[in-house]
Amino acid sequence: MNKVVKNVSDALVGIQDGMTIMLGGFGLCGIPENAIKELVKKGTKNLTCISNNAGVDDYGLGLLLQSRQIKKMISSYVGENDEFERQMLSGELEVDLIPQGSLAERCRAGGAGIPAFFTPAGFGTEVAEGKEMRVFNGKPHILERALTADFAIVKAWKGDTEGNLVYKATAMNFNPMMAMAGKITIAEVEELVPAGSLDPNFIHTPGIFVQRIFQGDVFEKRIEQRTVRPR
Amino acid sequence: MALDKIGIAKRIAQELKDGWYVNLGIGIPTLVANYVPSGMTVEFQSENGVLGMGPFPFDGEEDADLINAGKQTITVKPGAAFFDSATSFAMIRGQHVQLTVLGAMEVSQNGDIANWKIPGKMVKGMGGAMDLVASAENIIVAMMHSNKAGESKLLPACSLPLTGVRCVKKVVTELAVLAIKNGAFHLIERAPGVSVEEIKAKTAGALIIPDVVQMII
Repeated sequence: MNKVVKNVSDALVGIQDGMTIMLGGFGLCGIPENAIKELVKKGTKNLTCISNNAGVDDYGLGLLLQSRQIKKMISSYVGENDEFERQMLSGELEVDLIPQGSLAERCRAGGAGIPAFFTPAGFGTEVAEGKEMRVFNGKPHILERALTADFAIVKAWKGDTEGNLVYKATAMNFNPMMAMAGKITIAEVEELVPAGSLDPNFIHTPGIFVQRIFQGDVFEKRIEQRTVRPR
Repeated sequence: MALDKIGIAKRIAQELKDGWYVNLGIGIPTLVANYVPSGMTVEFQSENGVLGMGPFPFDGEEDADLINAGKQTITVKPGAAFFDSATSFAMIRGQHVQLTVLGAMEVSQNGDIANWKIPGKMVKGMGGAMDLVASAENIIVAMMHSNKAGESKLLPACSLPLTGVRCVKKVVTELAVLAIKNGAFHLIERAPGVSVEEIKAKTAGALIIPDVVQMII
């Protein structure tokens, strides 16, 4: 089976209105930027997007918010996006905010065949409302359920034709767990290499989790908070 | 004179111990990394997936793929490690991180903390704060004693939606260092030139004042 697709448009075939999509990234770091731009072009609507953040107003998932293609967001932190805050406070956008560690583990669990797990995060807060509570080792925990998605779109530094992926630095973040949790996982890579070019000892995401892979055309890799020190 | 942000960060840095792994939140907590006592090795964990954070990069050497949890460009020290978000929170939830320093909008006298939402006005999300406060054994809050309206942020009970319950152990503000135990704030140290009366007036929650209150050095 050939996992390599020739461009971003072919990679996104089958994504339809109303679907649930996971998108990797932390802030603007490690986001599948080519696929996001293509989704805007494609005009797919009523999407439920699972992503740690929601981009900024004019980049990343913020682009899909501007074009009103997102019905619901499942995220942990959305602070850098005015349009998001406006749509959420006005009730136009459905939002499920969940603790970052629970979000990561819920994606991991979804990919690992674990339907739910107990965590102490969120106990005693509104996150715990309506969730089963149990005490383990004298400490209260809440039940969190696994997350899966119709499509997961991840971004890697290098990938091979077998779908094996290697991430760079903190651009890894949510990508490995989301790659596991997608019914169909699409990998957008900076460099697509022949099988055998990557050292099997240093693969982050084994190809079994990846169904489609393509090399992105342009990586702008915008920096959200450029912070430097004097020389 | 009340402490400035750097003064608060310097005071918190005195709590560090050799060999600790420490998670620093956004804002004043981030500054703590600049004042690690000499001769001490402390590794900073950032929940977006890095251990062994170094200083900010020199101009022109920024790497878009290398940021901290505040989305700022960073560098790493020799011996650093990168990992995914699930592994990062395994470190946090599994109590492998010895100290968490974070900011807050409100702290209550029983150690509850609120820092992620003002209903109807501001919703940024909790990020990793709920996971951190639910699991960390040692949590220090760095914040101003009062909000912009001049109201105390050290309260009998939090009025804003909670981030975690009964978790904060210590609060460092521009005025004082306070421990939280047995349902009250215990004044430990005061900032140079700040009177006990001023701290008392600006603390709405129960405040226990010992006979002798040390000065923050």
